Amino acid sequence: MEHIAGHKPALTWIVRICVTILVVLWLIPTVGLLVSSFRDRDDISASPWWQAPFPAEQTFATRIAGDAVQQADGYLLTGDIHDLPEANGAGRITAFGVSRSAPTGIAAGDTTDLPKGGTLTVHPDGSFEMLTPEAPDAKGQRLYFAAEVPPEFTTANYESVLYANGMAQAFINTFTVTIPATIIPILIAAFAAYALAWMEFPGRGLIIAGIVGLLVVPLQLALVPLLRLHNDIGIGQSFVGIWLAHTGFGLPLAIYLLRNYMAGLPKDIIEGAKVDGATDFQIFTRIILPLSFPALASFAIFQFLWTWNDLLVAKVFLPSDSESWVMTRKIADDLLGSRGGDWGILATAAFVSIAVPIAVFFLMQRYLVRGLLAGSVK
Amino acid sequence: MGPLMQGVLTIFVGVFGCVAYYYFSNLFLDRVLYPARGDDAGRNINRANAVRPWLFLFPALFALSLYLVYPVVGSFWRSLFDRSGDAFVGFQNYRSLGADPEFRSAVVNNFLWVLVVPAASTFLGLIVAQLTDQLKWGGVAKSLIFMPMAISFVGASLIWKFVYANDPNIGLLNAIRGAFGAPSLDPLQLPFWNNFFLMVILIWIQTGFAMVILSAALRGIPEETVEAAILDGANPFQIFFKIQVPQIMGTIVVVWTTITILVLKVFDIVYTMTGGNFGTQILPSYMMEYMFRDDGRATAVAFVIMILVLPVMIWNIRQARKELR
Repeated sequence: MEHIAGHKPALTWIVRICVTILVVLWLIPTVGLLVSSFRDRDDISASPWWQAPFPAEQTFATRIAGDAVQQADGYLLTGDIHDLPEANGAGRITAFGVSRSAPTGIAAGDTTDLPKGGTLTVHPDGSFEMLTPEAPDAKGQRLYFAAEVPPEFTTANYESVLYANGMAQAFINTFTVTIPATIIPILIAAFAAYALAWMEFPGRGLIIAGIVGLLVVPLQLALVPLLRLHNDIGIGQSFVGIWLAHTGFGLPLAIYLLRNYMAGLPKDIIEGAKVDGATDFQIFTRIILPLSFPALASFAIFQFLWTWNDLLVAKVFLPSDSESWVMTRKIADDLLGSRGGDWGILATAAFVSIAVPIAVFFLMQRYLVRGLLAGSVK
Repeated sequence: MGPLMQGVLTIFVGVFGCVAYYYFSNLFLDRVLYPARGDDAGRNINRANAVRPWLFLFPALFALSLYLVYPVVGSFWRSLFDRSGDAFVGFQNYRSLGADPEFRSAVVNNFLWVLVVPAASTFLGLIVAQLTDQLKWGGVAKSLIFMPMAISFVGASLIWKFVYANDPNIGLLNAIRGAFGAPSLDPLQLPFWNNFFLMVILIWIQTGFAMVILSAALRGIPEETVEAAILDGANPFQIFFKIQVPQIMGTIVVVWTTITILVLKVFDIVYTMTGGNFGTQILPSYMMEYMFRDDGRATAVAFVIMILVLPVMIWNIRQARKELR
């Protein structure tokens, strides 16, 4: 297509712009999550995440009190707004006011009359002069002001999610579910795939067709009967139960992917080995397994992503106490319910849970794509 | 013993158990049962070779029958019993499903999902595949659009909460509305349309999948067909829709059906975003409402899903058998 597009620069530009727009559209939601996870809860509700890199304007309420100096025309109190109580984080002052009805009615640098007599001037840099006919009382003068708050990013959400919210336990649980559930089906599937690809026996075609059929069986069917079976044989809701379940559910794809790959390996190598007297077991372990590494890797990534991201199987086959929650369950059933309004915590928890699969995705994308291409029934 | 230790132990037991099973059963077959020596050496070798495939297949077949074949029968059988599982009620569970307005709305919504999500994902995937193939940085664009595939449905739902949130300081959509002076509204509570807002999440995830497969198919098209079209003066749109798309129709159908199957199974998005409220219920999330409470109903819903998947299953099997021949 290069040479066609080459004749029409306008078209190339349209393509570039379209792709850019699409990529930006696809990325925006994730970027929002990432930015929000580094923001303080107050910042999140004060300004949207796309304004996070810029200073935000925030309104403060405080009181001016202190020792005034007596002068010819009254009492003068000077100081810096930033030193007043409850003015933490304020930057440049933009506006101020002394009544609740107009908290930011006067521009910084101007002077206003006080309700009880006297004047107040607030400068953008924060310094102020208050001149009153009588000495100010201990309670002080109410002051509202708007100030720019410099953008602030914090890792406090991560600390709170990892150390205080039980997310660390959920993270470990997710790993505990994922690793055995990824490794065990590979081994079982590899032997079966070899038999289906390279051994002649009656009923082979039927079994392959059956496995293709099982690829699409909805998991939902398995939940009730298998949970009952697990209860009957004493496994119950436990990690052992979920490993077995994930192994069973992952097998059709594993066998299908590996069989397709192994069947495509060159016939000469295998027949040559047979002529040299190698047994099927030797052929499998010495020749087929090493050659099938790309297919094994593809399936491992698939199964890893699927078990890591799964909510349904974890909800049914793991105990329902919070000690055994995996991250998806922790987020869906706990954080979204009880911390529904705490967007910082939610964003951070979500990001912690998607960080590992995304890392795996970008590191192993080649194998994932290969697996996808082999796995879709052509 | 913590579950982590238990996990490490399971890996060891599982892996070594499997290896030991294959190794020793193979050894037993060759040395003890049908040894390749003595008078029957030739016959024994043949016998051993006839048994060996089943030895290799046994663990897989056992796990498959237990975890996928038995449940089809078991679920159907269970769906004929009442809530506690004691009394046989025939098709009563299915009848009460039919009478439940929530079930009917779940069927209608699921129908919408099946109609919209595969079509949108496949179409977008096709467009993105075609566009990115022409660019030098197309690979990077592809991998960014493909990325949501790695994210869990729960994670994706949370990500989209930051788009749909009611508060214009959090929800991108309401911020855009606010910029045009429109008041905030909750997209997830808009009757009927909220279904489409939820579908967007799955489309966002699945477009990458469609793109990857269709892009490989597009690259597999013989160059001569495209070149001939160029010589005949076809414009890029004609080349794409009249020459390239018809040639990858088979792959498009595969992508379409794969996403259709997925749509019938995903409950996470509805569960996390709305909990099935505001008229967004679909079958998988409807089933989870009854799971643990009324297994008879839950299995009946699961079996309805199975029946919906059945045509695709049969079609897949026929394709696979055609290929084997």
